[in-house]
Amino acid sequence: MSVTSVHKDPETRTMTLTAEFDAGVDRVWQLWSDPRQLERWWGPPTHPATVVDHDLRPGGRVSYFVTGPDGDRSPGWWQVLAVDPPRGLEFELGDPGIPALLVRVTVAERAGGGTRMVIETTFPSDDAMDQLLVMGFAEGLSAAVAQIDGLL
Amino acid sequence: MLTYYHMVVDEVERQAMDGVFHALADATRRDIVLRTLQAEYSVSALSRLYPMTFAAVQKHVAVLERAQLVTKRRHGREQLVAGNVEAIRRAARLLDQLEVVWRARIDRFGAILAEDDAEDPNPEDPHERD
Repeated sequence: MSVTSVHKDPETRTMTLTAEFDAGVDRVWQLWSDPRQLERWWGPPTHPATVVDHDLRPGGRVSYFVTGPDGDRSPGWWQVLAVDPPRGLEFELGDPGIPALLVRVTVAERAGGGTRMVIETTFPSDDAMDQLLVMGFAEGLSAAVAQIDGLL
Repeated sequence: MLTYYHMVVDEVERQAMDGVFHALADATRRDIVLRTLQAEYSVSALSRLYPMTFAAVQKHVAVLERAQLVTKRRHGREQLVAGNVEAIRRAARLLDQLEVVWRARIDRFGAILAEDDAEDPNPEDPHERD
Protein backbone atom coordinates (compact mmCIF):
# COMPACT_ATOMS: atom_id res chain seq x y z
CA MET A 1 0.00 0.00 0.00
CA SER A 2 1.37 3.39 -1.02
CA VAL A 3 -0.86 5.47 1.23
CA THR A 4 0.62 5.60 4.70
CA SER A 5 -1.91 7.87 6.38
CA VAL A 6 -5.13 9.80 5.85
CA HIS A 7 -6.04 12.62 8.18
CA LYS A 8 -9.23 14.67 8.09
CA ASP A 9 -9.21 17.98 9.90
CA PRO A 10 -12.67 19.54 10.15
CA GLU A 11 -11.21 22.82 11.50
CA THR A 12 -9.24 23.47 8.32
CA ARG A 13 -11.62 21.50 6.06
CA THR A 14 -8.61 19.58 4.89
CA MET A 15 -8.00 15.95 4.11
CA THR A 16 -4.31 15.08 4.08
CA LEU A 17 -3.05 11.92 2.42
CA THR A 18 0.55 10.87 2.87
CA ALA A 19 2.10 8.30 0.55
CA GLU A 20 5.57 6.85 0.32
CA PHE A 21 7.33 5.39 -2.69
CA ASP A 22 10.71 3.80 -3.33
CA ALA A 23 11.12 5.89 -6.50
CA GLY A 24 13.05 9.15 -6.46
CA VAL A 25 11.55 12.64 -6.32
CA ASP A 26 12.12 13.35 -10.03
CA ARG A 27 10.36 10.19 -11.10
CA VAL A 28 7.41 10.90 -8.80
CA TRP A 29 7.18 14.41 -10.20
CA GLN A 30 7.01 13.07 -13.76
CA LEU A 31 3.69 11.44 -12.97
CA TRP A 32 2.29 14.95 -12.41
CA SER A 33 4.25 16.86 -15.05
CA ASP A 34 3.88 14.50 -18.01
CA PRO A 35 0.28 14.50 -19.30
CA ARG A 36 0.56 11.01 -20.76
CA GLN A 37 1.68 9.65 -17.40
CA LEU A 38 -0.94 11.67 -15.54
CA GLU A 39 -3.60 9.98 -17.69
CA ARG A 40 -2.42 6.61 -16.48
CA TRP A 41 -3.44 7.20 -12.87
CA TRP A 42 -5.83 10.17 -12.68
CA GLY A 43 -9.01 8.38 -13.66
CA PRO A 44 -10.07 4.90 -12.53
CA PRO A 45 -10.11 2.08 -15.12
CA THR A 46 -13.88 2.61 -15.53
CA HIS A 47 -13.38 6.37 -16.21
CA PRO A 48 -10.01 6.86 -17.91
CA ALA A 49 -8.81 10.45 -18.19
CA THR A 50 -7.72 12.18 -21.39
CA VAL A 51 -5.64 15.31 -20.80
CA VAL A 52 -6.42 18.08 -23.30
CA ASP A 53 -4.36 21.00 -22.00
CA HIS A 54 -1.43 20.72 -19.63
CA ASP A 55 0.03 24.12 -18.82
CA LEU A 56 1.78 23.55 -15.52
CA ARG A 57 2.62 27.16 -14.73
CA PRO A 58 1.09 29.60 -12.25
CA GLY A 59 -2.09 30.82 -13.90
CA GLY A 60 -1.99 27.91 -16.32
CA ARG A 61 -4.68 25.35 -16.80
CA VAL A 62 -4.79 21.61 -17.05
CA SER A 63 -7.98 20.36 -18.62
CA TYR A 64 -9.14 16.84 -19.14
CA PHE A 65 -12.19 14.71 -19.54
CA VAL A 66 -13.00 11.31 -18.17
CA THR A 67 -14.84 8.82 -20.37
CA GLY A 68 -17.45 6.70 -18.64
CA PRO A 69 -18.51 3.15 -19.46
CA ASP A 70 -21.28 4.45 -21.74
CA GLY A 71 -18.83 6.62 -23.66
CA ASP A 72 -20.12 9.80 -22.01
CA ARG A 73 -17.47 12.40 -21.24
CA SER A 74 -17.24 14.53 -18.11
CA PRO A 75 -14.85 17.49 -18.18
CA GLY A 76 -12.54 18.41 -15.31
CA TRP A 77 -9.80 20.98 -14.83
CA TRP A 78 -6.98 22.28 -12.68
CA GLN A 79 -6.41 26.00 -12.31
CA VAL A 80 -2.71 26.09 -11.46
CA LEU A 81 -1.82 28.43 -8.58
CA ALA A 82 1.81 27.55 -7.85
CA VAL A 83 4.43 25.16 -9.22
CA ASP A 84 7.86 24.32 -7.84
CA PRO A 85 9.25 21.41 -9.90
CA PRO A 86 9.90 18.76 -8.70
CA ARG A 87 8.87 19.63 -5.15
CA GLY A 88 5.34 20.82 -5.28
CA LEU A 89 2.21 21.98 -6.98
CA GLU A 90 -0.90 23.83 -5.93
CA PHE A 91 -4.08 24.02 -7.93
CA GLU A 92 -7.80 24.47 -7.74
CA LEU A 93 -9.47 21.28 -8.86
CA GLY A 94 -12.77 21.13 -10.69
CA ASP A 95 -13.37 17.40 -10.66
CA PRO A 96 -16.67 16.23 -12.13
CA GLY A 97 -19.16 15.46 -9.40
CA ILE A 98 -18.02 17.45 -6.39
CA PRO A 99 -17.52 21.11 -5.40
CA ALA A 100 -14.19 22.70 -6.37
CA LEU A 101 -11.28 21.83 -4.10
CA LEU A 102 -7.91 23.31 -3.37
CA VAL A 103 -5.15 20.72 -3.83
CA ARG A 104 -1.59 21.10 -2.56
CA VAL A 105 0.99 18.47 -3.49
CA THR A 106 4.35 18.27 -1.75
CA VAL A 107 7.07 15.90 -2.93
CA ALA A 108 10.17 15.38 -0.79
CA GLU A 109 12.98 12.90 -0.20
CA ARG A 110 12.19 10.36 2.46
CA ALA A 111 14.77 9.77 5.13
CA GLY A 112 16.48 6.49 4.23
CA GLY A 113 15.65 6.74 0.52
CA GLY A 114 12.57 7.04 -1.64
CA THR A 115 9.98 9.76 -1.68
CA ARG A 116 7.22 11.05 0.51
CA MET A 117 4.30 12.70 -1.23
CA VAL A 118 1.72 14.65 0.72
CA ILE A 119 -1.59 15.65 -0.86
CA GLU A 120 -3.78 18.13 0.95
CA THR A 121 -7.29 18.66 -0.36
CA THR A 122 -9.25 21.56 1.10
CA PHE A 123 -12.84 22.61 0.63
CA PRO A 124 -12.84 26.37 0.12
CA SER A 125 -15.48 28.14 2.21
CA ASP A 126 -16.38 30.81 -0.27
CA ASP A 127 -20.14 30.84 -0.14
CA ALA A 128 -23.13 29.75 1.88
CA MET A 129 -22.50 26.13 0.97
CA ASP A 130 -19.79 25.78 3.51
CA GLN A 131 -18.47 22.32 2.87
CA LEU A 132 -15.90 22.88 5.56
CA LEU A 133 -18.58 22.89 8.18
CA VAL A 134 -20.28 19.97 6.57
CA MET A 135 -17.07 18.01 6.74
CA GLY A 136 -16.65 18.61 10.45
CA PHE A 137 -20.31 17.94 10.96
CA ALA A 138 -20.14 14.66 9.05
CA GLU A 139 -17.20 13.53 11.18
CA GLY A 140 -19.12 14.32 14.33
CA LEU A 141 -22.16 12.56 12.96
CA SER A 142 -20.45 9.27 12.29
CA ALA A 143 -20.71 8.48 15.97
CA ALA A 144 -24.34 9.55 16.14
CA VAL A 145 -25.27 7.47 13.12
CA ALA A 146 -23.33 4.46 14.40
CA GLN A 147 -25.22 4.80 17.65
CA ILE A 148 -28.51 4.86 15.80
CA ASP A 149 -27.48 1.89 13.66
CA GLY A 150 -26.81 0.01 16.88
CA LEU A 151 -30.33 0.73 18.06
CA LEU A 152 -32.08 -0.35 14.85
CA MET B 1 -23.74 12.62 -16.18
CA LEU B 2 -22.09 9.75 -14.40
CA THR B 3 -18.60 10.17 -13.00
CA TYR B 4 -16.49 8.23 -10.62
CA TYR B 5 -17.78 10.22 -7.67
CA HIS B 6 -21.17 8.94 -8.62
CA MET B 7 -20.40 5.28 -8.51
CA VAL B 8 -21.86 5.41 -5.03
CA VAL B 9 -23.59 8.79 -5.03
CA ASP B 10 -25.89 8.97 -8.05
CA GLU B 11 -27.23 12.07 -9.77
CA VAL B 12 -30.56 12.15 -7.95
CA GLU B 13 -28.72 12.02 -4.66
CA ARG B 14 -26.30 14.68 -5.85
CA GLN B 15 -29.03 17.17 -6.58
CA ALA B 16 -30.42 16.51 -3.15
CA MET B 17 -26.91 17.07 -1.77
CA ASP B 18 -26.85 20.69 -2.94
CA GLY B 19 -29.74 21.44 -0.63
CA VAL B 20 -28.10 19.42 2.12
CA PHE B 21 -24.87 21.43 2.00
CA HIS B 22 -26.78 24.69 2.10
CA ALA B 23 -28.94 23.52 4.95
CA LEU B 24 -25.95 22.42 7.01
CA ALA B 25 -24.04 25.66 6.50
CA ASP B 26 -25.69 27.09 9.60
CA ALA B 27 -24.79 26.28 13.21
CA THR B 28 -28.37 26.36 14.51
CA ARG B 29 -29.56 24.03 11.79
CA ARG B 30 -26.71 21.62 12.44
CA ASP B 31 -27.62 21.61 16.11
CA ILE B 32 -31.27 20.95 15.30
CA VAL B 33 -30.28 18.00 13.13
CA LEU B 34 -28.04 16.53 15.83
CA ARG B 35 -30.74 16.85 18.48
CA THR B 36 -33.58 15.52 16.38
CA LEU B 37 -31.53 12.50 15.38
CA GLN B 38 -31.53 11.51 19.03
CA ALA B 39 -35.16 12.34 19.80
CA GLU B 40 -38.25 14.02 18.38
CA TYR B 41 -38.59 17.69 19.34
CA SER B 42 -41.52 20.02 18.93
CA VAL B 43 -40.75 23.29 17.18
CA SER B 44 -41.66 25.16 20.36
CA ALA B 45 -39.27 23.01 22.41
CA LEU B 46 -36.53 23.77 19.88
CA SER B 47 -37.26 27.49 19.98
CA ARG B 48 -36.60 27.51 23.74
CA LEU B 49 -33.07 26.21 23.05
CA TYR B 50 -31.89 29.10 20.91
CA PRO B 51 -31.87 32.86 21.41
CA MET B 52 -34.32 33.45 18.59
CA THR B 53 -38.00 33.64 17.93
CA PHE B 54 -40.32 30.71 17.31
CA ALA B 55 -40.77 31.98 13.74
CA ALA B 56 -37.00 32.01 13.17
CA VAL B 57 -36.64 28.44 14.39
CA GLN B 58 -39.59 27.44 12.25
CA LYS B 59 -37.77 28.87 9.23
CA HIS B 60 -34.66 26.83 10.04
CA VAL B 61 -36.77 23.72 10.35
CA ALA B 62 -38.36 24.47 6.98
CA VAL B 63 -34.92 24.68 5.32
CA LEU B 64 -33.95 21.37 6.88
CA GLU B 65 -37.22 19.84 5.80
CA ARG B 66 -36.72 20.92 2.18
CA ALA B 67 -33.28 19.31 2.25
CA GLN B 68 -34.94 16.22 3.71
CA LEU B 69 -32.61 16.35 6.69
CA VAL B 70 -35.61 16.28 9.03
CA THR B 71 -39.22 15.28 8.79
CA LYS B 72 -42.12 17.07 10.47
CA ARG B 73 -45.41 15.68 11.67
CA ARG B 74 -48.39 17.11 13.48
CA HIS B 75 -49.23 15.83 16.92
CA GLY B 76 -52.21 17.67 18.36
CA ARG B 77 -51.24 21.34 18.46
CA GLU B 78 -47.54 20.55 18.19
CA GLN B 79 -45.30 20.07 15.18
CA LEU B 80 -42.79 17.33 15.92
CA VAL B 81 -39.42 17.30 14.17
CA ALA B 82 -37.30 14.18 13.65
CA GLY B 83 -33.87 13.86 12.03
CA ASN B 84 -33.54 11.84 8.83
CA VAL B 85 -30.67 9.39 9.29
CA GLU B 86 -30.64 8.41 5.61
CA ALA B 87 -29.96 11.98 4.43
CA ILE B 88 -27.12 12.35 6.91
CA ARG B 89 -25.64 9.12 5.69
CA ARG B 90 -25.70 10.44 2.12
CA ALA B 91 -23.80 13.59 3.14
CA ALA B 92 -21.18 11.55 4.97
CA ARG B 93 -20.92 9.25 1.97
CA LEU B 94 -19.96 12.05 -0.42
CA LEU B 95 -17.09 12.98 1.87
CA ASP B 96 -16.05 9.35 2.15
CA GLN B 97 -16.02 9.27 -1.63
CA LEU B 98 -13.38 12.00 -1.67
CA GLU B 99 -11.11 9.77 0.34
CA VAL B 100 -11.93 6.71 -1.76
CA VAL B 101 -11.21 8.55 -5.03
CA TRP B 102 -7.86 9.91 -3.83
CA ARG B 103 -6.75 6.67 -2.22
CA ALA B 104 -7.44 4.89 -5.50
CA ARG B 105 -5.47 7.55 -7.38
CA ILE B 106 -2.48 7.11 -5.12
CA ASP B 107 -2.69 3.34 -5.44
CA ARG B 108 -2.53 3.63 -9.23
CA PHE B 109 0.26 6.17 -8.88
CA GLY B 110 2.24 3.68 -6.79
CA ALA B 111 1.49 0.86 -9.21
CA ILE B 112 3.05 2.81 -12.09
CA LEU B 113 6.19 3.44 -10.04
CA ALA B 114 6.33 -0.24 -9.10
CA GLU B 115 6.14 -1.15 -12.81
CA ASP B 116 9.28 0.93 -13.40
CA ASP B 117 11.18 -1.39 -11.09
CA ALA B 118 9.86 -4.47 -12.86
CA GLU B 119 10.76 -3.09 -16.30
CA ASP B 120 14.19 -1.84 -15.35
CA PRO B 121 16.25 -4.49 -13.56
CA ASN B 122 19.23 -2.13 -13.31
CA PRO B 123 17.93 1.20 -12.08
CA GLU B 124 20.37 4.10 -12.23
CA ASP B 125 20.24 4.70 -8.56
CA PRO B 126 19.59 1.41 -6.83
CA HIS B 127 18.53 1.50 -3.21
CA GLU B 128 19.55 -1.11 -0.73
CA ARG B 129 16.52 -3.23 0.04
CA ASP B 130 16.34 -5.63 2.90
